Amino acid sequence: MKTIEEINAIKAKMQAQLNMRSSIDNAGDTRIVVGMATCGIAAGARPVLNAFVEEITKRNLKNVKVTQSGCLGMCKLEPMVEVYVPGKEKVTYVKVTADSARRIVAEHIVNGNPVLDFVIGNE
Amino acid sequence: MRELSLNILDIAQNSVSAEAKTVTITVTAKDNLLTIRIDDDGKGMPKDFLEKVTDPFTTTRTTRRVGMGLALFKQEAEKCGGKFTIDSTPDVGTTVEASFKIDHIDRLPMGDLAETITTLVVAAPQIDYVLRYNVEDRGFGFDTRQIKRLLEGLPIESPEIVAYIREMLTENIKEVNGGISL
Repeated sequence: MKTIEEINAIKAKMQAQLNMRSSIDNAGDTRIVVGMATCGIAAGARPVLNAFVEEITKRNLKNVKVTQSGCLGMCKLEPMVEVYVPGKEKVTYVKVTADSARRIVAEHIVNGNPVLDFVIGNE
Repeated sequence: MRELSLNILDIAQNSVSAEAKTVTITVTAKDNLLTIRIDDDGKGMPKDFLEKVTDPFTTTRTTRRVGMGLALFKQEAEKCGGKFTIDSTPDVGTTVEASFKIDHIDRLPMGDLAETITTLVVAAPQIDYVLRYNVEDRGFGFDTRQIKRLLEGLPIESPEIVAYIREMLTENIKEVNGGISL
Protein backbone atom coordinates (compact mmCIF):
# COMPACT_ATOMS: atom_id res chain seq x y z
CA MET A 1 0.00 0.00 0.00
CA LYS A 2 1.21 3.46 -0.86
CA THR A 3 0.38 6.23 1.58
CA ILE A 4 -0.14 9.96 1.25
CA GLU A 5 2.92 10.66 3.42
CA GLU A 6 5.12 10.58 0.30
CA ILE A 7 3.38 13.78 -0.75
CA ASN A 8 5.58 15.67 1.74
CA ALA A 9 8.66 15.05 -0.42
CA ILE A 10 6.85 16.19 -3.58
CA LYS A 11 5.60 19.24 -1.69
CA ALA A 12 9.13 20.29 -0.71
CA LYS A 13 10.21 20.06 -4.35
CA MET A 14 7.18 22.05 -5.50
CA GLN A 15 7.82 24.80 -2.96
CA ALA A 16 11.39 25.18 -4.20
CA GLN A 17 10.17 25.50 -7.79
CA LEU A 18 7.44 27.92 -6.81
CA ASN A 19 9.99 30.24 -5.22
CA MET A 20 11.98 30.24 -8.45
CA ARG A 21 9.06 31.40 -10.56
CA SER A 22 9.33 35.12 -11.14
CA SER A 23 5.60 35.69 -11.26
CA ILE A 24 2.60 33.65 -10.31
CA ASP A 25 0.19 35.42 -12.57
CA ASN A 26 -2.88 33.36 -13.40
CA ALA A 27 -4.00 35.82 -16.06
CA GLY A 28 -0.94 34.86 -18.11
CA ASP A 29 -1.70 31.15 -17.97
CA THR A 30 -2.35 29.11 -21.08
CA ARG A 31 -5.59 27.19 -20.59
CA ILE A 32 -6.37 23.79 -22.07
CA VAL A 33 -10.09 23.07 -21.71
CA VAL A 34 -11.32 19.51 -22.27
CA GLY A 35 -15.03 18.77 -22.87
CA MET A 36 -16.13 16.43 -20.07
CA ALA A 37 -19.86 15.86 -20.49
CA THR A 38 -21.29 12.35 -21.07
CA CYS A 39 -20.57 12.68 -24.80
CA GLY A 40 -16.93 13.69 -24.22
CA ILE A 41 -16.32 10.97 -21.63
CA ALA A 42 -17.87 8.27 -23.85
CA ALA A 43 -15.73 9.42 -26.78
CA GLY A 44 -12.49 9.18 -24.77
CA ALA A 45 -11.95 12.54 -23.03
CA ARG A 46 -10.57 11.00 -19.81
CA PRO A 47 -7.28 9.69 -21.28
CA VAL A 48 -7.01 12.92 -23.30
CA LEU A 49 -7.18 15.12 -20.18
CA ASN A 50 -4.66 12.90 -18.42
CA ALA A 51 -2.32 12.89 -21.45
CA PHE A 52 -2.26 16.71 -21.33
CA VAL A 53 -1.43 16.64 -17.60
CA GLU A 54 1.30 14.03 -18.12
CA GLU A 55 2.90 15.82 -21.06
CA ILE A 56 2.91 19.13 -19.17
CA THR A 57 4.59 17.40 -16.20
CA LYS A 58 7.12 15.64 -18.41
CA ARG A 59 8.10 18.89 -20.10
CA ASN A 60 8.00 20.77 -16.81
CA LEU A 61 5.78 23.46 -18.31
CA LYS A 62 4.67 26.14 -15.90
CA ASN A 63 1.74 28.55 -16.40
CA VAL A 64 -0.27 25.92 -18.29
CA LYS A 65 -3.57 24.91 -16.75
CA VAL A 66 -5.74 21.96 -17.74
CA THR A 67 -9.42 22.30 -16.95
CA GLN A 68 -12.81 21.06 -18.15
CA SER A 69 -15.99 22.28 -19.74
CA GLY A 70 -19.40 20.73 -20.31
CA CYS A 71 -20.97 19.80 -23.62
CA LEU A 72 -20.34 22.28 -26.40
CA GLY A 73 -23.22 20.92 -28.46
CA MET A 74 -21.20 19.10 -31.13
CA CYS A 75 -21.13 15.67 -29.52
CA LYS A 76 -20.07 13.81 -32.67
CA LEU A 77 -16.81 15.78 -32.74
CA GLU A 78 -15.84 14.83 -29.18
CA PRO A 79 -13.37 14.65 -27.53
CA MET A 80 -13.11 18.40 -28.06
CA VAL A 81 -10.38 20.58 -26.62
CA GLU A 82 -10.09 24.36 -26.59
CA VAL A 83 -6.69 25.98 -26.19
CA TYR A 84 -6.46 29.57 -24.94
CA VAL A 85 -3.01 31.10 -25.27
CA PRO A 86 -2.94 34.64 -23.83
CA GLY A 87 -3.01 37.24 -26.61
CA LYS A 88 -3.90 34.66 -29.27
CA GLU A 89 -7.18 33.52 -30.72
CA LYS A 90 -8.81 30.43 -29.19
CA VAL A 91 -8.07 27.19 -31.08
CA THR A 92 -10.65 24.38 -31.04
CA TYR A 93 -9.45 20.83 -31.60
CA VAL A 94 -11.82 17.97 -32.35
CA LYS A 95 -11.70 14.17 -32.13
CA VAL A 96 -8.62 14.48 -29.94
CA THR A 97 -6.77 11.36 -28.76
CA ALA A 98 -4.05 10.94 -26.13
CA ASP A 99 -1.47 10.91 -28.94
CA SER A 100 -2.78 14.06 -30.58
CA ALA A 101 -2.92 15.70 -27.11
CA ARG A 102 0.84 15.12 -26.76
CA ARG A 103 1.40 16.61 -30.23
CA ILE A 104 -0.72 19.65 -29.33
CA VAL A 105 1.45 20.26 -26.26
CA ALA A 106 4.68 19.97 -28.28
CA GLU A 107 3.66 21.93 -31.37
CA HIS A 108 1.07 24.40 -30.10
CA ILE A 109 1.82 25.04 -26.41
CA VAL A 110 5.62 24.80 -26.62
CA ASN A 111 6.34 25.96 -30.18
CA GLY A 112 3.34 28.20 -30.75
CA ASN A 113 2.07 26.53 -33.93
CA PRO A 114 -1.53 25.23 -33.73
CA VAL A 115 -1.77 21.66 -35.08
CA LEU A 116 -3.93 22.24 -38.14
CA ASP A 117 -4.54 18.49 -38.65
CA PHE A 118 -6.85 18.41 -35.62
CA VAL A 119 -8.54 21.82 -35.66
CA ILE A 120 -12.28 22.07 -36.17
CA GLY A 121 -13.12 22.18 -39.88
CA ASN A 122 -10.31 19.80 -40.81
CA GLU A 123 -11.73 16.68 -39.18
CA MET B 1 -19.20 3.71 -22.15
CA ARG B 2 -16.49 1.07 -22.25
CA GLU B 3 -15.66 0.99 -18.54
CA LEU B 4 -17.72 1.35 -15.37
CA SER B 5 -15.12 3.83 -14.14
CA LEU B 6 -16.17 6.09 -17.05
CA ASN B 7 -19.77 5.91 -15.80
CA ILE B 8 -18.47 6.85 -12.34
CA LEU B 9 -16.69 9.87 -13.82
CA ASP B 10 -19.83 10.87 -15.68
CA ILE B 11 -22.11 10.56 -12.64
CA ALA B 12 -19.61 12.38 -10.42
CA GLN B 13 -19.65 15.23 -12.97
CA ASN B 14 -23.35 15.67 -12.13
CA SER B 15 -22.27 16.23 -8.52
CA VAL B 16 -19.75 18.82 -9.73
CA SER B 17 -22.55 20.62 -11.61
CA ALA B 18 -24.76 20.37 -8.51
CA GLU B 19 -22.12 22.38 -6.62
CA ALA B 20 -21.28 19.58 -4.21
CA LYS B 21 -18.51 20.19 -1.68
CA THR B 22 -17.74 16.52 -1.20
CA VAL B 23 -18.27 13.55 -3.50
CA THR B 24 -17.92 10.08 -2.00
CA ILE B 25 -17.41 7.09 -4.29
CA THR B 26 -17.85 3.70 -2.69
CA VAL B 27 -16.94 0.55 -4.60
CA THR B 28 -17.70 -2.78 -2.94
CA ALA B 29 -17.14 -6.20 -4.48
CA LYS B 30 -18.35 -9.07 -2.36
CA ASP B 31 -20.03 -12.41 -3.00
CA ASN B 32 -20.21 -11.90 -6.77
CA LEU B 33 -21.87 -8.50 -6.44
CA LEU B 34 -20.18 -5.26 -7.42
CA THR B 35 -21.83 -2.19 -5.94
CA ILE B 36 -20.96 1.36 -6.96
CA ARG B 37 -22.34 4.20 -4.93
CA ILE B 38 -21.83 7.92 -5.47
CA ASP B 39 -22.95 10.30 -2.71
CA ASP B 40 -22.80 14.05 -2.90
CA ASP B 41 -23.84 17.01 -0.79
CA GLY B 42 -24.89 19.10 -3.77
CA LYS B 43 -28.13 20.92 -4.31
CA GLY B 44 -30.16 17.76 -4.92
CA MET B 45 -33.32 17.73 -6.99
CA PRO B 46 -37.05 18.00 -6.40
CA LYS B 47 -39.22 14.88 -6.42
CA ASP B 48 -40.84 15.50 -9.80
CA PHE B 49 -37.45 15.84 -11.51
CA LEU B 50 -36.08 12.81 -9.65
CA GLU B 51 -38.94 10.64 -10.95
CA LYS B 52 -38.00 11.23 -14.58
CA VAL B 53 -34.25 11.66 -14.16
CA THR B 54 -33.28 8.36 -15.79
CA ASP B 55 -35.29 9.25 -18.89
CA PRO B 56 -32.68 10.15 -21.54
CA PHE B 57 -34.80 13.13 -22.58
CA THR B 58 -34.53 14.70 -19.14
CA THR B 59 -31.56 16.94 -18.47
CA THR B 60 -30.49 20.15 -16.79
CA ARG B 61 -28.26 21.12 -19.67
CA THR B 62 -29.23 23.82 -22.06
CA THR B 63 -27.31 22.97 -25.25
CA ARG B 64 -29.64 20.07 -26.02
CA ARG B 65 -32.57 18.49 -24.21
CA VAL B 66 -30.89 15.10 -23.96
CA GLY B 67 -29.16 13.69 -20.87
CA MET B 68 -27.76 10.21 -21.26
CA GLY B 69 -25.55 9.74 -18.20
CA LEU B 70 -27.90 8.26 -15.60
CA ALA B 71 -29.91 6.38 -18.26
CA LEU B 72 -26.74 4.65 -19.47
CA PHE B 73 -25.60 3.73 -15.95
CA LYS B 74 -29.04 2.30 -15.11
CA GLN B 75 -29.06 0.25 -18.31
CA GLU B 76 -25.57 -1.12 -17.59
CA ALA B 77 -26.66 -2.33 -14.14
CA GLU B 78 -29.98 -3.81 -15.18
CA LYS B 79 -28.62 -5.68 -18.18
CA CYS B 80 -26.31 -7.68 -15.94
CA GLY B 81 -28.62 -8.71 -13.14
CA GLY B 82 -28.08 -5.67 -10.97
CA LYS B 83 -30.16 -2.84 -9.63
CA PHE B 84 -30.10 0.92 -9.94
CA THR B 85 -31.41 3.41 -7.42
CA ILE B 86 -31.24 7.16 -7.11
CA ASP B 87 -32.30 9.20 -4.14
CA SER B 88 -32.15 12.93 -3.73
CA THR B 89 -33.24 15.65 -1.34
CA PRO B 90 -33.14 19.31 -2.33
CA ASP B 91 -30.35 21.20 -0.50
CA VAL B 92 -29.06 17.96 1.08
CA GLY B 93 -27.62 15.90 -1.76
CA THR B 94 -27.98 12.94 -4.07
CA THR B 95 -27.08 9.27 -3.85
CA VAL B 96 -26.77 7.06 -6.91
CA GLU B 97 -26.23 3.33 -6.45
CA ALA B 98 -25.83 0.63 -9.06
CA SER B 99 -25.05 -3.03 -8.60
CA PHE B 100 -23.72 -5.61 -11.04
CA LYS B 101 -23.33 -9.38 -10.98
CA ILE B 102 -19.57 -9.69 -11.21
CA ASP B 103 -19.53 -12.84 -13.35
CA HIS B 104 -22.28 -11.66 -15.75
CA ILE B 105 -21.04 -11.92 -19.32
CA ASP B 106 -22.31 -8.43 -20.21
CA ARG B 107 -20.75 -6.66 -17.23
CA LEU B 108 -18.37 -3.90 -18.24
CA PRO B 109 -14.92 -4.01 -16.68
CA MET B 110 -14.19 -1.46 -13.94
CA GLY B 111 -11.33 -0.03 -16.01
CA ASP B 112 -9.02 2.68 -14.80
CA LEU B 113 -10.65 3.99 -11.63
CA ALA B 114 -7.42 5.77 -10.62
CA GLU B 115 -7.62 7.82 -13.82
CA THR B 116 -11.25 8.68 -13.07
CA ILE B 117 -10.25 10.07 -9.65
CA THR B 118 -7.31 12.08 -11.01
CA THR B 119 -9.52 13.45 -13.79
CA LEU B 120 -11.98 14.71 -11.17
CA VAL B 121 -9.17 16.24 -9.10
CA VAL B 122 -7.81 18.10 -12.16
CA ALA B 123 -11.21 19.09 -13.52
CA ALA B 124 -12.80 20.34 -10.28
CA PRO B 125 -10.08 20.63 -7.61
CA GLN B 126 -12.23 22.78 -5.33
CA ILE B 127 -14.35 19.71 -4.53
CA ASP B 128 -13.24 17.04 -2.07
CA TYR B 129 -13.29 13.45 -3.22
CA VAL B 130 -13.48 10.37 -1.04
CA LEU B 131 -12.95 6.86 -2.39
CA ARG B 132 -13.79 3.78 -0.37
CA TYR B 133 -12.66 0.67 -2.18
CA ASN B 134 -13.46 -2.78 -0.81
CA VAL B 135 -13.01 -6.23 -2.31
CA GLU B 136 -14.18 -9.12 -0.12
CA ASP B 137 -12.54 -8.38 3.26
CA ARG B 138 -9.79 -6.12 1.95
CA GLY B 139 -10.04 -2.41 1.42
CA PHE B 140 -8.55 1.06 1.52
CA GLY B 141 -9.73 4.63 1.69
CA PHE B 142 -8.64 7.82 0.00
CA ASP B 143 -9.65 11.37 0.89
CA THR B 144 -8.45 14.52 -0.86
CA ARG B 145 -9.05 16.52 2.35
CA GLN B 146 -6.13 14.67 3.96
CA ILE B 147 -3.91 15.50 0.98
CA LYS B 148 -4.99 19.15 0.98
CA ARG B 149 -4.08 19.37 4.68
CA LEU B 150 -0.59 18.01 3.93
CA LEU B 151 -0.19 20.42 1.00
CA GLU B 152 -0.92 23.49 3.15
CA GLY B 153 -2.34 25.62 0.34
CA LEU B 154 -0.34 24.25 -2.59
CA PRO B 155 -2.74 23.29 -5.37
CA ILE B 156 -3.80 19.63 -5.32
CA GLU B 157 -4.28 19.77 -9.08
CA SER B 158 -0.54 20.35 -9.62
CA PRO B 159 0.66 17.78 -12.17
CA GLU B 160 3.26 16.35 -9.74
CA ILE B 161 0.63 15.69 -7.07
CA VAL B 162 -1.86 14.31 -9.58
CA ALA B 163 0.78 11.92 -10.93
CA TYR B 164 1.48 10.64 -7.41
CA ILE B 165 -2.24 10.25 -6.60
CA ARG B 166 -2.67 8.18 -9.74
CA GLU B 167 0.32 5.98 -8.94
CA MET B 168 -0.85 5.48 -5.36
CA LEU B 169 -4.44 4.63 -6.30
CA THR B 170 -3.37 2.27 -9.10
CA GLU B 171 -1.10 0.35 -6.75
CA ASN B 172 -3.57 0.23 -3.86
CA ILE B 173 -6.50 -0.84 -6.05
CA LYS B 174 -4.36 -3.63 -7.51
CA GLU B 175 -3.36 -4.79 -4.06
CA VAL B 176 -6.94 -4.78 -2.74
CA ASN B 177 -8.15 -6.64 -5.85
CA GLY B 178 -5.74 -9.38 -4.85
CA GLY B 179 -5.70 -11.01 -8.26
CA ILE B 180 -9.44 -10.63 -8.88
CA SER B 181 -10.11 -8.78 -12.11
CA LEU B 182 -12.80 -6.16 -11.71
